[in-house]
Amino acid sequence: MSYNLSNLLYLITIVSFVLALRFLSNPAHARRGNQIGAAGMVLAIVVTWVKVGSTSWWAIAIAMVIGGGFGAVAARKVQMTAMPQMVALFNGVGGGAAALIALAELHRVLPPPGAPTVDVSLGITLSALIGSISFAGSMIAFAKLQELIGGRPITYAGQQFVNGALFFGALGCSIALVAGVQDQWLLWLTILASLAFGVLFVLPIGGADMPVVISLLNAFTGIAVALGGFELQNNLLIVAGMLVGASGTLLTLMMARAMNRSVANVLFGAFGQVSEAGAAGGAGDGGTVRSATAEDVAVMLAYAHKVVFVPGYGLAVAQAQHDVRQLADLLEAKGVEVSYAIHPVAGRMPGHMNVLLAEANVPYPQLKEMDEANPEFSRTDVALVVGANDVVNPDARNNQSSPIYGMPILNVDDAQTVVVLKRSMNPGFAGIENPLFYNPKTVMLFGDAKASIDQLIADVKPL
Amino acid sequence: MIFDFIVNVDYGHNTILVFEVTILVLAIFLGVEVISKVPTLLHTPLMSGTNAIHGVVIVGAMIVLGQPDKSAFTWIVGFAAVVLASANVVGGFVVTDRMLEMFKSRERPKKPDDT
Repeated sequence: MSYNLSNLLYLITIVSFVLALRFLSNPAHARRGNQIGAAGMVLAIVVTWVKVGSTSWWAIAIAMVIGGGFGAVAARKVQMTAMPQMVALFNGVGGGAAALIALAELHRVLPPPGAPTVDVSLGITLSALIGSISFAGSMIAFAKLQELIGGRPITYAGQQFVNGALFFGALGCSIALVAGVQDQWLLWLTILASLAFGVLFVLPIGGADMPVVISLLNAFTGIAVALGGFELQNNLLIVAGMLVGASGTLLTLMMARAMNRSVANVLFGAFGQVSEAGAAGGAGDGGTVRSATAEDVAVMLAYAHKVVFVPGYGLAVAQAQHDVRQLADLLEAKGVEVSYAIHPVAGRMPGHMNVLLAEANVPYPQLKEMDEANPEFSRTDVALVVGANDVVNPDARNNQSSPIYGMPILNVDDAQTVVVLKRSMNPGFAGIENPLFYNPKTVMLFGDAKASIDQLIADVKPL
Repeated sequence: MIFDFIVNVDYGHNTILVFEVTILVLAIFLGVEVISKVPTLLHTPLMSGTNAIHGVVIVGAMIVLGQPDKSAFTWIVGFAAVVLASANVVGGFVVTDRMLEMFKSRERPKKPDDT
């Protein structure tokens, strides 16, 4: 296949990617958009397959079956609740691929009389650097969300210094390579330092902030791929990679804004670390906690006029979305007005909770976004908080020393009564104390969310 | 002609480079523009969707592994790159599709199932 023909066909792929992004921004066409993107990807693979021709086609096929098989199985088997870490994993391997391509390219162009042009060597080193950071960082994000390692921020003295040294060390090796020191070891050093930097950079970030980090690393991988396009002089990689790099960066900013935090604060704030101090200053240890039995709560619910469910990640973990809908249906049948208040970052990713409730066929009109839900709490009898914590923490409004101060929250404490379903008094994912639990209006129903909801269903039925 | 001479010399590398930088910069604006109005609801699927799109790195991996007369090093590294990139492509699109499937079921609610 000629260079021009393959580039024209790649252009079709580029158009499909642009359309995919366009369609993904609208709930009505989102799925179609993803399919268009996938079709474009298949075209690109076929074109490349023909272009490469007979060389090592069987090796390419075997590698694709291994990688594709793993991707398909992992993506099919994963629970909806584990989606965020899956995205992190697939993002990481993409970054790893970009770094490997850089290694192979340098190996090809370097032997005497090598002297690659500056743009090629720049593409190689930066693609290796950014790709490695993305790979290592994504793996740590995956491990944190999968709870292979603790979700709490990990910090130590001199952390910023070590990170800075690693990053600038990697950058220094890259610059030396571009400047004409023709030694493959420099690229190895770049990659090793970047990998270490990726690990150390993500480790101190708390689990609750992981979505923003994954989105940022996603943009990184896109940029690494675009730089790979400069190495290989491939338009498709440049445009598609940069599309993801740019849109991913914007998405990162939007996600941080939804949490009312700056990206810099997310990345370098070691979120949750200050929480010990913040919680001590808050309502923390002094207050008492009232706990109730399921029968008490069932009576409250059945004789309420208006009940608002506030789902959080605990609901997702317990897979209780179907049970919640059942309880809601039951209450509606008894004439109770039911709605769901969805915080923009409920769950572990923006929009995560909408996905889970949609899976349980919760009627769309009952889902209220935060701005719509907040004014309604004052005329709500019972706010039922199912496994949510930080998104209903009044410290975000009142306590300036709290690490989440300023984050918009659901004002459940405006309701007559707040019922909190929670496994124990352990602080939530971000590791912050919640004075809501000590509020006199609040009663706690301890236990697994699914078991508690099932108990409530059983107790509401005969009333 | 002298102009031909200049054009031909340039065409070898720099013209291509300038062209590449041009489309790179245009892609930045396009990427920002195309998702500037996405609702919060779709942040997660969009992140996953862009994640699938950068799986296009598979094209680069295939080109590396498909080189003629390659060394053992390139063999190993290229093979690993194709494996990783294919996982990115397939996993990325499948995960995104599964997420978006959920949105679709909301528009046409099925009969309530009793789990």
